[in-house]
Amino acid sequence: MQWTELIIFSLLFILVTVLGFVAARWRRAESLDHLDEWGLGGRKFGSWITWFLVGGDLYTAYTFVAVPALLFGAGATGFFALPYTIIAYPLVFLPVLRMWSVSRARGYVTPADFVRGRYGSSLLALIVAITGIVATMPYIALQLVGLEAVLRSMGFNGAGFLGHLPLLIAFVILALYTYQSGLRAPALIAFVKDILIYLVILVAIIYLPSKLGGWDTIFTAAEKKFAESPAPADGTLLNANNQLQYATLALGSALALFLYPHSITGVLASRGRDVLKRNMSALPAYSLLLGLLALLGFVAIAAGTTPIINNATGRPDGNTIIPELFNGQFPSWFAGIAFAAIGIGALVPAAIMSIAAANLWTRNVYKEYIRKNATPKDEAKQAKLASLVVKFGAVLFIISIDPQYAIDLQLIGGVIILQTLPAVAIALYTRWLHRWALIAGWVVGMAWGMVLLYQIPNPATNRAHFGGSALALDKLNILGWQPFDGSTVQIYVGFVALIANLLVAVIATFVIRKMKVSNGTDSTKDEDYHVDEHDEDLRPIAVH
Amino acid sequence: MSSGKHGGRVTGLVFSPWNLLLLIPFIVLLTPLYNRESPELFGMPFFYWFQFAVIILGVLSTITVYRMTRKAPVSRVVAGDTEDVDKLDEGRAE
Repeated sequence: MQWTELIIFSLLFILVTVLGFVAARWRRAESLDHLDEWGLGGRKFGSWITWFLVGGDLYTAYTFVAVPALLFGAGATGFFALPYTIIAYPLVFLPVLRMWSVSRARGYVTPADFVRGRYGSSLLALIVAITGIVATMPYIALQLVGLEAVLRSMGFNGAGFLGHLPLLIAFVILALYTYQSGLRAPALIAFVKDILIYLVILVAIIYLPSKLGGWDTIFTAAEKKFAESPAPADGTLLNANNQLQYATLALGSALALFLYPHSITGVLASRGRDVLKRNMSALPAYSLLLGLLALLGFVAIAAGTTPIINNATGRPDGNTIIPELFNGQFPSWFAGIAFAAIGIGALVPAAIMSIAAANLWTRNVYKEYIRKNATPKDEAKQAKLASLVVKFGAVLFIISIDPQYAIDLQLIGGVIILQTLPAVAIALYTRWLHRWALIAGWVVGMAWGMVLLYQIPNPATNRAHFGGSALALDKLNILGWQPFDGSTVQIYVGFVALIANLLVAVIATFVIRKMKVSNGTDSTKDEDYHVDEHDEDLRPIAVH
Repeated sequence: MSSGKHGGRVTGLVFSPWNLLLLIPFIVLLTPLYNRESPELFGMPFFYWFQFAVIILGVLSTITVYRMTRKAPVSRVVAGDTEDVDKLDEGRAE
């Protein structure tokens, strides 16, 4: 057991716990009994809070442990996270403004609320809501994987129930203050998280290379490792086969980022369009952090770091690379701060994700199908309960099965959330795609994405299915037709599935329009997409 | 969809040519441009430092778009609006 680290970790953890409970009184509302308040923090966060909240939401503990672990294991391909976060903001800069405005004008809380209003279809809304919940659940579970990697490095590496006890305690506390304070809790804690993360990364990125002999030595060590490894695809540069995968994975991930319900929650909680525009300009600062952090994977190679063997599964846990690097290279008090940074980094997104999933459940399933006459107060109550269920579901998930499945499911989650792009993002601009065509496109995109993922093996881990998201073009089989037979070039599965989805949606739209089937009623107006915070006759927030 | 004012409010698509700057960062998707070792910077292969450089390029483009489209008549300007926008800490507003 690493006592110094543990004490510092616990102190910082207690600090954020107090903050989490105090958050309920922060910029207090008359009551939290409304989803605008509990689920969206009163829709009034300014630029700074939004920056910390959205940053805390998107750059998760799992990112912090998994991205460097990818570079440690495979080299350049893991660096896709950088182009991904570079293009994400310019890509969504304009659509999020429309999403914010229409949601503010109509009181929407979730992306599925928007789809419901835009197409007058509760079925399409249900599909979007369920896709969102299913994609978010493994994401929450992954935060636990990140937290566990840190706990394991501090000495909590038991098997069975006792081994998971610290994790369980951390999550009970998280569940309680999220229940009480709603979105205000992660918004306040995100400040602490980011300050700690920035501190740790800056120190790590200046101190470690100088200690280990500079970037030159670090990259030489990485090249040597990849040259000696039997795997053909690794290296400090991309090869002819994985460049397309690198670019499409970056683009696909960027397209998916703001379709995730928790990202939309962060966006809708902001006060106005100007706040969002500023954030889309300033958020790439996190990309710098992420890129530097990713390079720590190579630093770990140069430092000779080895992953811890997980006593529960008996296999090395690649996600412990970064905690172990800190353990080996930093004095123990600073390692404690670094562990707390990653651990708290797990709590912020886990809280926001559970709130987003709870909002979806409440608005688009409970209110739509179970209790149609639910009052705003009932909705808030239901969402609070749902957030508990979601979090404990995630804990049970991690405790009862191999964490590797959470990682696989997260991979699938990225592919499936992309399939809501036509119904959510394109619908912000036009209703030309027919609602039934959107459903048809979704079905095809989902099914084909699943089939393709199932077919991908991973020779490194000796698995026949769900071995990754890189599909060799050779395997692309469209009803028996193989357009790229024999090609070893790889592409991101989600991208292929999205193209299929869009093609089907367009073709089906032509056909269905010919048949003159109703396309539902649009309850949004053109001007809704441009409302801003200071407009007169703006819909009041949190009215009962 | 029609552009223009309707009952005092903006409707339809409002598009500024400045928005085209948002396309610049997508250069980072063209891997053949930068997938090489040299020239190195601080011992870092070109592949890595080029992508770091695109972050700066990306921030410059988004900031320019933000600055240049700020005055666009996206919504009716209410008295005092512009002052509010310049306040750094909006946390206590409302």
